[in-house]
Amino acid sequence: MSNKLISQMGLPSSLANVFSARNILTAKDALSLPEFDLMALLDVDRDQVRTAVARISEIACPPCRTALSLMEDRALTGGYLPTRLLGLDRALRGGIPFGALTELVGPSGIGKTQFCLKLALLAALPSSYGGLNGRVIYMDTESKFHSTRLIEIGRSSFPHIFNSEGMAQEMAGRIIVLRPASLDELTERYVQMLFVLLNLAIVNFMYGLHRENERSTTGQKQHSCHLPLSFLKSLAEFSQIPIVVTNQVRSQNNYEVVHYPFQGNTDRTSCMLEKLESHLIASLGIQWAHAVTIRLIFEAHSGQYTPQILV
Amino acid sequence: MSASIAMAESSRSGGHALLDGAQTAWDMLSEEQMQKPITTGCEELDTILGGGIQCKAVTEIGGIPGIGKTQLGIQLAVNVQIPVQYGGLGGKAVYIDTEGSFMVERAHQIIEGCIADLFENFEHRKQSLVCPDILQPNSFLANIFYFRICSYTEQIAAVNYLEKFLEEHQDVNIIVVDSITFHFRRDFDDLAMRTRVLGGMSSKLMRFAKKHNLAVVLLNQVTTKFVDGSFQLTLALGDSWSHACTNRIILYWNGNERHAYIDKSPSLRSASAPFQVTSKGIRNVTSNCKRVRMM
Repeated sequence: MSNKLISQMGLPSSLANVFSARNILTAKDALSLPEFDLMALLDVDRDQVRTAVARISEIACPPCRTALSLMEDRALTGGYLPTRLLGLDRALRGGIPFGALTELVGPSGIGKTQFCLKLALLAALPSSYGGLNGRVIYMDTESKFHSTRLIEIGRSSFPHIFNSEGMAQEMAGRIIVLRPASLDELTERYVQMLFVLLNLAIVNFMYGLHRENERSTTGQKQHSCHLPLSFLKSLAEFSQIPIVVTNQVRSQNNYEVVHYPFQGNTDRTSCMLEKLESHLIASLGIQWAHAVTIRLIFEAHSGQYTPQILV
Repeated sequence: MSASIAMAESSRSGGHALLDGAQTAWDMLSEEQMQKPITTGCEELDTILGGGIQCKAVTEIGGIPGIGKTQLGIQLAVNVQIPVQYGGLGGKAVYIDTEGSFMVERAHQIIEGCIADLFENFEHRKQSLVCPDILQPNSFLANIFYFRICSYTEQIAAVNYLEKFLEEHQDVNIIVVDSITFHFRRDFDDLAMRTRVLGGMSSKLMRFAKKHNLAVVLLNQVTTKFVDGSFQLTLALGDSWSHACTNRIILYWNGNERHAYIDKSPSLRSASAPFQVTSKGIRNVTSNCKRVRMM
């Protein structure tokens, strides 16, 4: 939308020519400049600039939709991947949503990878068994994917499918596993994902790749995480598929407790209390956290592993 | 039209005929008292806000991820539609989504909760106060105008286009931008340009608020700032942006509870109120509400 050409917007030709003469070719070029700058650059009066900018904005602006039409679209596409965990599906109003980024967080060993394997299977299953009958891309940055385990899960959860001739091969064949060795390769793979017909993408444990960049300045670290993240989000929305990412949790140190200025200085006792609670932070910080739509937190409660949801 | 009304009133009260379009403070008072605020769904929060989110003002709401900004945004887009007969504004909403966090199923759930509460609160009336078609989730959904913005250019274009859109849709009473920050935080090397663009956007939105008598709610993210030897949380976009809004509300965790704090306001006192995010939407705090705290 921002790259729409001004020449194709139906402005009066004299004005359109002036824009192109000054090398303002796209909507982005025109809208980044303030009114006075445009007036000076194009040598036209304010009213002309205003009508031109209004016209460019109208065309560059994405079309307006009512929430009702969004709902109707959702009803058509199905909208979610059921996880088969009744409580979770009920809380998620159906399952893992299409078109959004879902994050799985929890300490190591709690079962995130197992959950991902199950999801991969669920997406590969034929629709008669409640699956998406589709292809899955599993981005395994920590080499945690074990196909023997995958088949084992398949055999015990869906025995009637997996024990029939050739089905195990068919199902496992729908899951594509990628093992990018560097951040650059990961980013390259993301781009490739655009051209593959997909029904689910799982990115397991992104933190591993970013750890090697940790020694660089914090600014750089945020940028390097942000690009693949926003890309994943756009990919999810554009292709209307569910994308699941897992994240590591690290425990918070005392000095990292950050507050707003109006909260004042917390005294020692309250700090201690806060520490005793499950004060878990997802790695990669705040900017990452803002971009994820749904976060599923895996916690251990008295020996049982239970996912809780934070939307 | 407002200019001629002002002239007529001021000539009646015997003065200010020279100041075209001006209003006396007394006239503004009567106007302010007549203007209904938009309820948030939580009584305590409404109380510290002076009834709810005010129209003709730009309110910024910020907080860490997961605190409930989008929830509050959706709740306001729903509550603005509460019919006049039930004490609401009966207006429509514009929802500008820059992050893709608007989940239409959640909006549907919040609408159901709102309608259920309306019926419960007005139980003593035997009949419905309005035509039953109005109190249906689908008609509420149809009154939310949704724009999905994917870049800062589209954000600028959308705000510009709103000028024409609001002329054509006079019954819009709230604009929610979720969030104002997203496209301006990364890759924006030219900070001067960022300040300029944001300033232009906020003054346009303020103009819409005054002209069309609507509430503008801008949701903002947080960042950490190094002040006096320690890191502190602050709303994103810097100091120059913090002057752009009329009111500023920060949502934060206080122990295990969600709270809202009025950080800046020309008319409201600094105060804090607890609230809860339930399956029905934003509500008062009841005795037990569990949560898992994440940063």
